[in-house]
Amino acid sequence: MQAPLLDVRGVTLQYKTREHLVTATWRVDFQVFRSDRYVLLGPSGCGKSTLLKAVGGYIAPSEGEILLDGQPVRKPGPDRMMVFQEFDQLLPWKTVRENVMFPMLASRKYPPKVAAERALHFIAKVNLAKFADHHPHLLSGGMKQRVAIARAMAMEPAMLLMDEPYAALDALTRRRMQDELIDLWDETHFTVLFVTHSIAEAVKCGSRILLLTPHPGQVKAELASVPRAEVAGESARLLEERINDMLFSEEAAHA
Amino acid sequence: MPDAEAAILVDRPEITGKPSDPSAFGVVEAPLSTFERLYNWPILRKTVILLVLAVAWEIGARLLNNALLLPTFSDTLHALFAGIATGEIPRKLTTSLEVLMMGYAAGIVFAALLTAFGIFTQVGNDLLETLTAMFNPLPAIALLPIALIWFGLGYGSLVFVLVHSVVWAVALNTHAGFMAVSPTMRMVGRNYGLTGLSYVSKLLIPAALPSILTGLKIGWAFAWRTLIASELVFGVSSGAGGLGWYIYENKNALEIANVFAGLLTVILIGLVVENLIFRVIERRTVRRWGMQN
Repeated sequence: MQAPLLDVRGVTLQYKTREHLVTATWRVDFQVFRSDRYVLLGPSGCGKSTLLKAVGGYIAPSEGEILLDGQPVRKPGPDRMMVFQEFDQLLPWKTVRENVMFPMLASRKYPPKVAAERALHFIAKVNLAKFADHHPHLLSGGMKQRVAIARAMAMEPAMLLMDEPYAALDALTRRRMQDELIDLWDETHFTVLFVTHSIAEAVKCGSRILLLTPHPGQVKAELASVPRAEVAGESARLLEERINDMLFSEEAAHA
Repeated sequence: MPDAEAAILVDRPEITGKPSDPSAFGVVEAPLSTFERLYNWPILRKTVILLVLAVAWEIGARLLNNALLLPTFSDTLHALFAGIATGEIPRKLTTSLEVLMMGYAAGIVFAALLTAFGIFTQVGNDLLETLTAMFNPLPAIALLPIALIWFGLGYGSLVFVLVHSVVWAVALNTHAGFMAVSPTMRMVGRNYGLTGLSYVSKLLIPAALPSILTGLKIGWAFAWRTLIASELVFGVSSGAGGLGWYIYENKNALEIANVFAGLLTVILIGLVVENLIFRVIERRTVRRWGMQN
């Protein structure tokens, strides 16, 4: 077996509010391999977003370590492009094209000419070629999220980090965006770490699902999702039920 | 209990149909009338207001019939054109604008340094908040006596009070603008590996531009009125006074039409800077980006 791309070892994450020291996750272990569509799934308060931010380099673990390609993660960087839930992740003073080009230029990963070509290529991939010269405020929420995904993918990062990217979208748009994401994956087999609280979304988009329990987040299970061809079938429904039971059995035990 | 629901809800058949053909609509899009289009033009609306005010002034002054208290609008315009023709008003105006630009530019530089110090260090942040809280409410003109003692009669004192009038408004708004940049946008910037100066110039400044422009506008208005007021107190150095001095001199000579001509010039400059310069900058930046409506 090849070495994991991302190795999270015994990571405890804590943050301070004004009055409390909150433990978000406690000794979490998991490994992401190349081309995984790896989903962090759990109810709110299980620290999944905090965990993603730690992989992003925004939060340092108080215990354990996070290794990307064998190197410890210490700060944010363009090798782990983030896609956030919020629509204001696009820079309003730049057009769609400039937004997609910005990280490529700011990180000096690509020369301007190549960056411009790549930007157009990926904007076309998310079906926004007509809007390349529009400013973000003219786009709908779903279009903004597509730009953010194009921006992240154009950088060809070691891994893509997505923090509930479709949570703020309406149900129809969300479904279309999930299909688009899988289609894009079929083309380039990028590695993505994806946070969601929707079991259906995890089963549909993920290839591997990490279940986390709440307060503080701990690993409950790591499951393989159903094959791509069966996401609409019986096995997907059974897996959803199984995940549901695992999350609810925890609550039942506490009650 | 299915029976209960059927008893509550009104039973009726389903409705299906297709939308009408577009040709069935009377109007989908029609041009507005000429009046409506003209009315949508803000410059025209404001020009009409200005004309009404000018006519009211003319009538009021004629009824009062006392050129020492209130010269008519036409007399004032006459004095204004005469002042422009002799080159006196342009000369005074140039002097004023030169001093203004020096003070405004220096004020912005100080504000930028102060704000930079404020965003990079906690001490700087506290210093900025304390200083702006102390000095922002202090009218610049109140510092003029001190300025006169420190810098003497001349540009030095004027620039000093101008810097004071600009720096706090600009620093306060810029700092508030930086503070209001959303956490997501900050994380985006750090995600791209932006740090230090490139983080400030490529992310914080454009993100905070609406507040920064507001600060610059307030700073400009403060500076302009502070300058004219200071020139009224003393405005002459080596014979070259500004607009404030022009107003003061003409009052002493009882050339009241000239006083009004000077005031009109002050107003016109204010309108030009606000409506042309700042409006254009806003339209090309924050409005185009949808950051301000």
